[in-house]
Amino acid sequence: MSNPFDFMDHLLELESKIEELQNLSGQTGLDMSEEVRSLRDKLQSETRRTFDGLNAWQRVQLSRHPLRPQTSDYIDHMVEDFVPLAGDRAFAEDYAIICGLGRIEDIPCMIIGQQKGKDVHERRRCNFGSPHPEGYRKAMLKMRVAEKFHLPIVTLINTPGAYPGIGAEERGQSIAIAENIRDMAALRTPVVSVVIGEGGSGGALGIGVGDRILILENSYYSVISPEGCAAILWKDGSKAPDAAERLRLTAQALHELGIADEVVQEPAGGAHRQGELMSRQLGAVVARHLRELLAMSEAELRDARYAKYRAIGQWQE
Amino acid sequence: MVLDRLRRGGGGKDPKKIPDGLWVKCPGCTKTVFKRLVEERLDTCPECGHHFTMTAERRVEALMDAGSWKEIDHGLTSSDPLGFVDSKAYPARIAQSQAKTGMKDAVITGHGTMNGIKSHLGVMDFRFNGGSMGSVVGEKLTRVIEAATATKQPVVIVSSSGGARMQEGVISLMQMTKTSAALARHSEANLPYISVLTNPTMAGVMASFASLGDVIIAEPKALIGFTGARVIKNTIKQELPEGFQTSEFCMEHGQVDLIVPRQEMKSELSRILRYLAPQAVG
Ligand SMILES: [Zn+2]
Repeated sequence: MSNPFDFMDHLLELESKIEELQNLSGQTGLDMSEEVRSLRDKLQSETRRTFDGLNAWQRVQLSRHPLRPQTSDYIDHMVEDFVPLAGDRAFAEDYAIICGLGRIEDIPCMIIGQQKGKDVHERRRCNFGSPHPEGYRKAMLKMRVAEKFHLPIVTLINTPGAYPGIGAEERGQSIAIAENIRDMAALRTPVVSVVIGEGGSGGALGIGVGDRILILENSYYSVISPEGCAAILWKDGSKAPDAAERLRLTAQALHELGIADEVVQEPAGGAHRQGELMSRQLGAVVARHLRELLAMSEAELRDARYAKYRAIGQWQE
Repeated sequence: MVLDRLRRGGGGKDPKKIPDGLWVKCPGCTKTVFKRLVEERLDTCPECGHHFTMTAERRVEALMDAGSWKEIDHGLTSSDPLGFVDSKAYPARIAQSQAKTGMKDAVITGHGTMNGIKSHLGVMDFRFNGGSMGSVVGEKLTRVIEAATATKQPVVIVSSSGGARMQEGVISLMQMTKTSAALARHSEANLPYISVLTNPTMAGVMASFASLGDVIIAEPKALIGFTGARVIKNTIKQELPEGFQTSEFCMEHGQVDLIVPRQEMKSELSRILRYLAPQAVG
């Protein structure tokens, strides 16, 4: 497993060929526009073919791509006039969850998003996107502020899971997540939740109880990581690709299962290729959902949210 | 001293070799103890007080007044939303758990009286697929919570689970939301919910309804937490403190109200409910 992104190698090769031709054209003065255009067409169709055919494990890889846009990128390019708000008022600041006020297409809202970190320093500070109980408690405090001042909430999910550690257990990781789930279910203000990268089980759900659940094309949402699933089922973490397939965790599968309300398309070649474009596209989709939800009465909103989750499950009787 | 001899068991013989299962080896004190004595003490060891895994059926008997229990939603059985196959197909796995336990899934729900107090009750059974929560557990618990809300009764849930059921994928995860949302409504109606944590209560169950009691009670020495110890150890690469993720650990860190031995559980629950739900006292 040397390169998890080898399925994109042929696209990068094509790209460098195009660049080569353009350079050659510049140096020699030869008109290569015809050749360049045809190669570009080929790149476009190859990109589409490749991405349409990605398997679950390849999409999991993309969801973890080091250059994939994170909450801080969406705040930079999707949110205007951002005011960061820190602190759980009880134990510590958890950098794995960013909170703050901002405007998305002129709609004022509270933004709450998980952050993995962009460089070595930030990644360590964010625990690679795994929040502690204080992160979940901070998130709920800020959601209460939003509720009090009638601001809708947008949550951006991107975590491999809640932090597995001694301190996290001592401070009640389960309790923090459980209380967030219960309290989000009853919030008197609209909530749009977007899985922008990894949707790692309870750690994702701790900020994930939205009126709408949106998921980016190459994100996943799962009850357990593919590696964890493979370790339990086959005592073999290397069977993770197989587990990813069986867990039905891709955006498309989640939409088919009725969990995701909408799959948000990513720019050609994946969100990591064009972060700003991704941010603009997501901003438009989020704003559309926010406007729909803001038109509902508080009672309608809460009833619809209850009904949404009440209906999930399959059984015989 | 007949009792003594019974307690000491079959002279140190391996209990597994005793065909009629009169004795059982206690994992707490490693003594071989007479099974009927264990059962009389609600599946706890007469020597050391160790709490054995209790079936949901026996738990209901232990908590509800004789003849008062009415089970609801008995017929719900799992379907296979993902078409999940590991070493076995999921439906075959379910059939195996059903044959082993005589239950349809990992929880029994219903209502009755507890020392005269009208109450709804859900009890999980760890023997059924590790007590894991899939659609059936989520739906049955949600229904029993909703029924308690509708009848203005308290609800008690006795948890015993490794977490969400992997074989139903993200649908299992969403059962955490469904049950918690029902508890939010129950709470908004000012009706009590008592959560009882038994060995083990972990992961997706602990991170949802099991953590949401107005009062949270643990049985002694139960394993309680979010992430399993092995995963934590592999991540942080250090030894875990003695007694990590036990009931006593949770008490020390402010996460439970009470630790109550099984034989006192019914009287403690009803003592608390008389305060929180005087309207339900018959
Ligand atoms: Zn013992």
